[in-house]
Amino acid sequence: MAIHDFAGNPIIMPPDQPSPLGENCLLKMHGIRKRFGATQALDGVDLYVNAGEVLALVGENGAGKSTLMKTLSGAYQPDEGCMWLEGKTYQPRDPMDARRLGVAMIYQELSLAPHLSVMENIVLGVEPVRGPLMAWRQIRKIARDAMEQLGRPDIPVDIPVSRLSIAEQQLVEIGRATAIGSKVVVLDEPTSSLTSRDIAGLFTLIRRLRDQGHAIIYISHFLEEVKEITSRYTVLRDGKSVGGGQTAEASTDTIISMMVGRKVDDLYPRSGHTPGEIILELNDLGGLKKPVRATMALRRGEVLGIAGLVGAGRTELVRAVFGLDSVRSGKIKIGLHTGPASPARRWNQGMGMVSEDRKNEGLALGLSISDNLTLSRLGRFVTPSGQAVQSARWIEKMAVKCRGPRQIIGDLSGGNQQKVAIARLLHHGVDVLLLDEPTRGIDVGSKAQIYKLIDELAIQGKAILLVSSYLPELMGVCDRIAVMCRGVLGAAHPVRDITEELIMLEATGAGATS
Amino acid sequence: MTQIPPAAKIIEAGENRGFNFRAVLSALGPVIGLVLVFILFSALRPRTFPTAANASQILLQGVVVAVAALGTTPVIISAGIDISIGATIAVVSVATALMLNAGMPPVLAALGGIGVGGLCGLFNGACVTFLGLNPFIVTLGTFLAFRGVADVLGGESEVYTSSNWLNDLMNPSQSLIFPWGVWIMVILAIILILMLRYTRFGRHIFAIGSNEQTARLCGIAVNRAKLWIYILGGAFSGIAGVLMFSNENGTGDPTTSKNTPLTAIAAAVIGGASLTGGQGSIVGTVIGAMFIMTIRNGCVQINLSHGVQNIVTGLIIIVAVLVDRLRNPKNN
Repeated sequence: MAIHDFAGNPIIMPPDQPSPLGENCLLKMHGIRKRFGATQALDGVDLYVNAGEVLALVGENGAGKSTLMKTLSGAYQPDEGCMWLEGKTYQPRDPMDARRLGVAMIYQELSLAPHLSVMENIVLGVEPVRGPLMAWRQIRKIARDAMEQLGRPDIPVDIPVSRLSIAEQQLVEIGRATAIGSKVVVLDEPTSSLTSRDIAGLFTLIRRLRDQGHAIIYISHFLEEVKEITSRYTVLRDGKSVGGGQTAEASTDTIISMMVGRKVDDLYPRSGHTPGEIILELNDLGGLKKPVRATMALRRGEVLGIAGLVGAGRTELVRAVFGLDSVRSGKIKIGLHTGPASPARRWNQGMGMVSEDRKNEGLALGLSISDNLTLSRLGRFVTPSGQAVQSARWIEKMAVKCRGPRQIIGDLSGGNQQKVAIARLLHHGVDVLLLDEPTRGIDVGSKAQIYKLIDELAIQGKAILLVSSYLPELMGVCDRIAVMCRGVLGAAHPVRDITEELIMLEATGAGATS
Repeated sequence: MTQIPPAAKIIEAGENRGFNFRAVLSALGPVIGLVLVFILFSALRPRTFPTAANASQILLQGVVVAVAALGTTPVIISAGIDISIGATIAVVSVATALMLNAGMPPVLAALGGIGVGGLCGLFNGACVTFLGLNPFIVTLGTFLAFRGVADVLGGESEVYTSSNWLNDLMNPSQSLIFPWGVWIMVILAIILILMLRYTRFGRHIFAIGSNEQTARLCGIAVNRAKLWIYILGGAFSGIAGVLMFSNENGTGDPTTSKNTPLTAIAAAVIGGASLTGGQGSIVGTVIGAMFIMTIRNGCVQINLSHGVQNIVTGLIIIVAVLVDRLRNPKNN
């Protein structure tokens, strides 16, 4: 089945599509173009979504998803193209206008006022008033109704939202959209900070909204989620809509091929690794709260994966090993080194870490690429040109797309930022790499590059500890996988002896092995 | 895999002039402002304002504030703040006078004064790092407390000293064109420029200010660095205090420099420093200080009252920062 063509020509939709202008069609975008300076961010995008439907919008980072959604929400005005909402021309002046017209965006970073109550957040900006006074009774009713509509009447509406969990806060944000009658709800990477139980809750909520006749646009990197929750998908690549179809009929590989514009046979290259001597050893390691107990041994030339649910204590484990969090009990041995830990000591001992939180911890976004890359390994005296020369080498080697080593790193795409974060370890010349969710939120192309790099490093005899919530990645890259559950690290299994199902069993505490 | 871009070519393109030109233009902002106010006052007072004597006067008036501002720039770059500068200057000025009166030679008294400044910085830094307190709150406390120390040391009054060469630091000198104080400021500025740009400590200051967590992840001893940043700031206030002592003809004055902290911070911000950290320039800070002093001097020359001067200076600070924000929309 020829779904796409390699010359990048637009792809003809499968014939069994309902007509884009069907009477159910709630929102339609046609021929949307938007240019920023020399960059053609959107180059003719067509998209529609029906009432009572969940549409997946997928594409690599930089494909134009955010620009498209900002156009939809009125933050950008398109250069060309038309939009219709409920059969009428739709031209929002700004995001507030879009909300009033019935299109609401729920971004990854929630936009709630943490000190205000649930109900105040729900009516924020559209507060019903009686003369100069807030109409509290009415506000409370609106908020209660919204929570009820979302199936969570148990959430009290008069407590500050900061006291709710992230998942509940997201719910409040969705409630804010539905309470003012938004018909189109756009969810941008809504699960990235949720636990798997919360994700299940969110999906229930999405189905509920769908059944109530809302049109939902669901943006996600996680194709498994796309397959689970959406009924139709549209793929964006290089600012164009390059295809789409019924989600149930498309395989993950098909969708990925469309996203990257080529076939992905070997996203996970794996050469035969030959494990050497043990270089990192944990003995009953315990942190202040987590990890509770962790014992493992990592060898040179080996990739060891750590799986587990969000909150299982994997990040805490890595932080404790790296000396960022204190250790309560147990032993860490790196090569021949034991004794007290601090990040400075770890770097000296030949260990480096990539943080899961690229924006707040991994990188200093306001500084240049070269400052970020060389930060752990500056001589007593430094010259900016020397830093730039050193960095240029890694920029080339890692194929970081940038204007040069002195470009501010915050300007780069997530994938390119992450390459720099990893290059810092390589520049330092570490032997043990602690990688905490190194591919979170980055495009497939960069992911493939990082997998290839991990493989090369293992061949060179480096030891890699890979924490990831993405099972196919762990299965594809690691030699052995250990599962963490409630702070306890289980025994490591050779990857050929384990399946995704077994990992999930162990991660949820149902497995027999831990 | 994905099309790997020819990185060498990309680097070349990134290092082209257009990119640097914008950076230069952005650094020139405060200079342009300084030139503009200079032209403005020259037009208003063509006979008295644009003279060598007056320029020298402006420079001299700006020295104390500039030195204090120099010391506070690394603090601001590291995302800290020090509003106890003025009180530190007062403590140092009184302490220097007392040391002289106790019979210490002027060199030792001056160095002692700078040391006292460093101790003040150490106290601030220790509260910020070891106790984990907010630097604004800490220095708000020492803003009062150090002033109190100066009062207690000076017995609630000025401390006079007999004449010695320290008094001449701020007097016009025949051989050097400018008074010693101006040259001290220039030398200190050069030292700081080199330190911030070419030493590991300097780069760590930027890293801490830009993202403290990243700094920690990269193995930087954040607390130790911060402690040194505050000690450095205190020592610079100490130098400013000795110059102040000299400027007041050898008087230790516990009430001196009430406005200095805010003027110094404003100078740094006008010069391109960001109060959220990670950004700042020593050249910018010096120009910022001179900018404020030029406005002060010009206002005196066109006979504006003290109150009106303050109104003008205050509004110009706001406008300067606004202009800076329009120049770099990302900094907001």
